[in-house]
Amino acid sequence: MKAAVVVFPGSNRDGDVARALRLAGGEVATVWHAEDELPKGTDLVVLPGGFSYGDYLRCGAIAARTMIMDAVRAHAARGGLVLGICNGFQILCESGLLPGVLMRNANLRFICHWQHLKVERTDTAFTRRYAPGQVIKVCVAHGEGNYFADEATIGRLEGEGRIAFRYCDEAGNVTADANRNGSLNAIAGVYSEKFNVLGLMPHPENLIDDLAGGTDGRGLFESLVARAA
Amino acid sequence: MKARVTVTLKSGVLDPQGKAIEGALRSLGIEGVASVRQGKLFDVELDTTDRAKAEAALNEACEKLLANTVIENYRVELA
Repeated sequence: MKAAVVVFPGSNRDGDVARALRLAGGEVATVWHAEDELPKGTDLVVLPGGFSYGDYLRCGAIAARTMIMDAVRAHAARGGLVLGICNGFQILCESGLLPGVLMRNANLRFICHWQHLKVERTDTAFTRRYAPGQVIKVCVAHGEGNYFADEATIGRLEGEGRIAFRYCDEAGNVTADANRNGSLNAIAGVYSEKFNVLGLMPHPENLIDDLAGGTDGRGLFESLVARAA
Repeated sequence: MKARVTVTLKSGVLDPQGKAIEGALRSLGIEGVASVRQGKLFDVELDTTDRAKAEAALNEACEKLLANTVIENYRVELA
């Protein structure tokens, strides 16, 4: 599986996600944002976390308008896989590849803590290695992760089963306390219409080694590598 | 030609920053503030003197970058 990790000025989780992909058996190239094409044979594009362009204007707004994003849009339109984590999710929303927007956390604070997520479905390219209904422990670190979209869009996402992950407690209950950034319907991640684009705020790439507190993030990368192998 | 672009949150979109500012004004003892909504303001200088062209360029700028029309409205004013 060939993955291309796009690096913007201010990206800072590119190394971690590349490591997670390699550990799962993927082949990883990094691509600078000023390029206008992806490496030949790219199966998966990853937009990593960080603070692209210093979060100027709106988080992800400027990165979403760079040259490489035209190539990413074309890749997605061909059915290619795209994964956006944290700032990458914000970029996907700003670029129109995913609906909605990530607003300032409801409590106005940068939040950084362990987080349980409910895996909503396990029949996608991103989640096949998880068990149905599984609760995974990952972590979050963001100031703008409060998912918002108009009522019609939320209704469509729910109706089409396009919620990928929801914030929940350890037992898998989706509670207000577990949804610390205030996202509508506790949404932590969403899929595109064809389920080939996924954006999520939490960081699965942090949880690939017991040394760092767990390995629940591995399933996502292993699913992707298995799918594209 | 100079222009000013104002970007504001659509009504119905929660504005936690505006709410915090509203609370701070109240704690300062400034009376009569019913609510605060925070927005953004851009002062733009344009090469052209053609008002229609300027307006078209700024509208495009708003649609493509300055505003996220999922949550924001924008207003363009030419000097």
